[in-house]
Amino acid sequence: MLNIGEDMNKFAKLLVIIFMFLNINNDSFAQNIDELLAALPSAKFSEKEVLVSKLGDLKTETSIKVLKSLEKGTLYFLRSSKKVIYADKTEEGYILTDILTSEIIGKVKKKKIKRISLNNKLRKFTRTIIAKSSLLSQKPHIRIHSAKVIFGSRSVELLPIINEALKKETNDKVKKQIEMTQARLWLLTEDKKLQEQSLDYFSNNTDPKVQSVINEFIQNLDTEKNDSNLLIYNKAISVVKKIESDIKFFKLIENLFFGLSLGSILFLASVGLAITFGVMGVINLAHGEMIMIGAYTTYVTQLAFPNLIEYSLMISLPFAFIVAGLVGIIIERGVIRYLYGRPLETLLATFGISLILQQLVRSIFSPINRPVITPNWMSGMFEIHPALSLSYGRLYIIIFSITVFVALLAILSKTHVGIQIRAVMQNRSMARAMGIKTGWIDSMTFGLGSGIAGIAGVALSQITNVGPNLGQNYIIDCFMVVVFGGVGNLWGTLTGAFLIGIGNKFLEPFSGAVLAKIITLIFVILFIQKRPRGMFALKGRASEINQ
Amino acid sequence: MHKLKILVITITSVLLTYASIAADTIKVGVLHSLSGTMAISESTLKDTILMMIDEQNKKGGLLGKKLEAVVVDPASDWPLFAEKTRELIEVHKVDVIFGCWTSVSRKSVLPVLEELNGLLFYPVQYEGEESSKNVFYTGAAPNQQAIPAVNYFMNELGIKRWILVGTDYVYPRTTNKILEAYLLSKGVAKEDIMINYTPFGHSDWQTIVADIKAFGSAGKKTGVVSTINGDANVPFYKELGTVGIDATDIPVIAFSVGEEELAGLDTGPLVGHLAAWNYFMSSESEENYACIEAWHKFIGDDSRVTNDPMEAHVIGFNMWVKAVENVGTTEVDVVRPAMYGLTVPNLTGGIAVMNTNHHLTKPVLIGEILDDGQFEIVYETPAGVIGDAWTDFLPDSSVLVADWTPPISCGNYNIKTGVCSGQNY
Repeated sequence: MLNIGEDMNKFAKLLVIIFMFLNINNDSFAQNIDELLAALPSAKFSEKEVLVSKLGDLKTETSIKVLKSLEKGTLYFLRSSKKVIYADKTEEGYILTDILTSEIIGKVKKKKIKRISLNNKLRKFTRTIIAKSSLLSQKPHIRIHSAKVIFGSRSVELLPIINEALKKETNDKVKKQIEMTQARLWLLTEDKKLQEQSLDYFSNNTDPKVQSVINEFIQNLDTEKNDSNLLIYNKAISVVKKIESDIKFFKLIENLFFGLSLGSILFLASVGLAITFGVMGVINLAHGEMIMIGAYTTYVTQLAFPNLIEYSLMISLPFAFIVAGLVGIIIERGVIRYLYGRPLETLLATFGISLILQQLVRSIFSPINRPVITPNWMSGMFEIHPALSLSYGRLYIIIFSITVFVALLAILSKTHVGIQIRAVMQNRSMARAMGIKTGWIDSMTFGLGSGIAGIAGVALSQITNVGPNLGQNYIIDCFMVVVFGGVGNLWGTLTGAFLIGIGNKFLEPFSGAVLAKIITLIFVILFIQKRPRGMFALKGRASEINQ
Repeated sequence: MHKLKILVITITSVLLTYASIAADTIKVGVLHSLSGTMAISESTLKDTILMMIDEQNKKGGLLGKKLEAVVVDPASDWPLFAEKTRELIEVHKVDVIFGCWTSVSRKSVLPVLEELNGLLFYPVQYEGEESSKNVFYTGAAPNQQAIPAVNYFMNELGIKRWILVGTDYVYPRTTNKILEAYLLSKGVAKEDIMINYTPFGHSDWQTIVADIKAFGSAGKKTGVVSTINGDANVPFYKELGTVGIDATDIPVIAFSVGEEELAGLDTGPLVGHLAAWNYFMSSESEENYACIEAWHKFIGDDSRVTNDPMEAHVIGFNMWVKAVENVGTTEVDVVRPAMYGLTVPNLTGGIAVMNTNHHLTKPVLIGEILDDGQFEIVYETPAGVIGDAWTDFLPDSSVLVADWTPPISCGNYNIKTGVCSGQNY
């Protein structure tokens, strides 16, 4: 089999050569690129590396486009003729484009074509070649990206190109990046002077990204330590120390952010329960499933509006609130209202409902997790300092959870329904005597709690998997937060969630994730022993009546 | 008297018809969770077996009888697996069982199988350290997945610093113990290995991913070996993507992430991270194309993927059919020895062989994740690897061998002391 393949390959090359002789008038680059492309489909990874660097050497628009397409994974070849083409995936199949003429050739099924494969090493190599050619691009962000790629590539032979690019560069931001890349490449040279220059640069511009680079440099020096490089060695050590102290300082802030982020998720997940359990006293084990319903609503919204992915989360919010809220009201009207004042029966009934809802989702959407796409504005990092970047997604969720909290407080204290809810909660019979329809208020409260859980589901769909088990994974944490914070108090839930989140994140580096969770749980249990009503206990008559 | 006679006749005729109906079909038990946490992975395997049975019946059944599937739902509840196994064998009188996913469920089923002399085909990669007379392990043993994967990292990618992350249960713990011993034996320093465990369904990976980043900045090429199970993978990879850990900087190789897991994931940021399996859907062989086509037709959905445990079930089912055809009966004690040395084509273009330690000989493939949720096969072992029930890298296990043919006839024979330790599993 292998021999035949090689023979075919030789045959193809022969054909190309014949073709070259027949078309002497054609410009030479086209022939050259033809030859390289013809060799691509049957090349092994090591052979591809040679082909890629040759394509890069051509420095033509077409060859760079081919490399970019190769890197992006849109370069294919036809199984039948081994012709290399661009292929773009669409709903109905792959649209093929000729490489030299840029004409659309046709549309085929996936079986007819095969991707020209890359492995990690080759992908990195291709990226470096592309970066090399786009260092002088018109767009500053492409120049920055190129410099970053070369920074990570360890290709010391690119130093002259970098030097040249630096001379021509006028944009300060790009210049800084290229300087850093230059300093990084200096370290790889044998020249002691350049190495020293590089370390000087890095000691003025500390960045955790170079920590690994300098550590590596030190390790290489270790093997051949002598008097002549002792100076450089000490210099390198001092740079690393500087970076480490930087990291240590920002680690604290980072941990705090991690804790806030975990806390905001815990808060979002449990605030709905704070209403149904805290305000109404219903032990609602189906609360997690309301979150799940919200997450699935996000998935369905993305399916329904495939062109509005960027706005899908905003669109999902009202839908999730309504869908989960309605399900909540149905549960309250259908089951829970017959069980008020019987906590054990409520517990069993809601547990049953949670199982039913899970299996329902399994039957409708299959037990397999559903992919929810993260919009672009939710991904990426916000760089505060080279040693500290926060992810946008987490940042938005923290802000979102605070917004939800404020909105809920406003609803409960300012709106008519909110006041009625509080009245029923504080003294049911008195409220009824005043003409409040307590049954209706019960439904509304439960619907509100469930709807908020649905909104939490929208946020959680960005963090974790959307599957039938989503709710189950959060329900214990939710109860823990509500009980710890103090039943019936939104402030308690907020503080509880953030304290547990931050505590967990500060424990984790020392104890590991498993133990951190256990320690938190033990702490909460001990705390509840001391203060059975949680941190923010309701005082006065309300708490006595609600017992 | 007359009435009694009629009654007796009726009862006997009912019993006879029942017996004749029972004799008309060969019953195949399917023991996969269709509800609960494991339904995500196991329900596909149930469908795979139903498809194989359907195909076999179209070919005219087995030994002139139709195959009949008996599907039970152990609901991801480990003790229930044992109960359902008893039900399958004692009530439904099945001749063979295809089932289980987690090691816990397999361990809970083992005593029942051995007591009632059942036969189980177990299709999932696992931690090894077991060989039961009544189980055929068609998934990978550690030397068919973990060790070759680590070798690939070491030799092809030049990884010098290792992070072993896993979910906190038996499979990752045992695998990581084996891998740590293996790495130390290859001269990796103890401080260059970091081991981290997380609870089931862990969803907040910020700290651990930050730790990985920090561990990787020591100036040596760093790689992550992941035995993270099930659902927890999605947030883990999402976090890697957000933080911007690229596969070219710190590659992650996973043993529990396949096509099915990636189907629930936006794979864009994962491109280049790796997985080690014995089968990928992207394998180019006629058998694979045919199997994928049959699967799509059976399930009625062209977008469904195939994965490694499915291939294991296909191989296991075909082997069992072949063994039964060879000996002309479904009697467990006759079929079992007929399995040894049997060969059937696997789906990657090679041949699978059943060995006397109840493990398969299979090729090991390393794949890189592509943006469409498929894998690019970047490495394949030149020949099939024989599954090793007892690892060579733990001192207690290296002296044990499994061989179910005479003279040894034992799943854990100690070659030093020359005794079968008597431990059943």
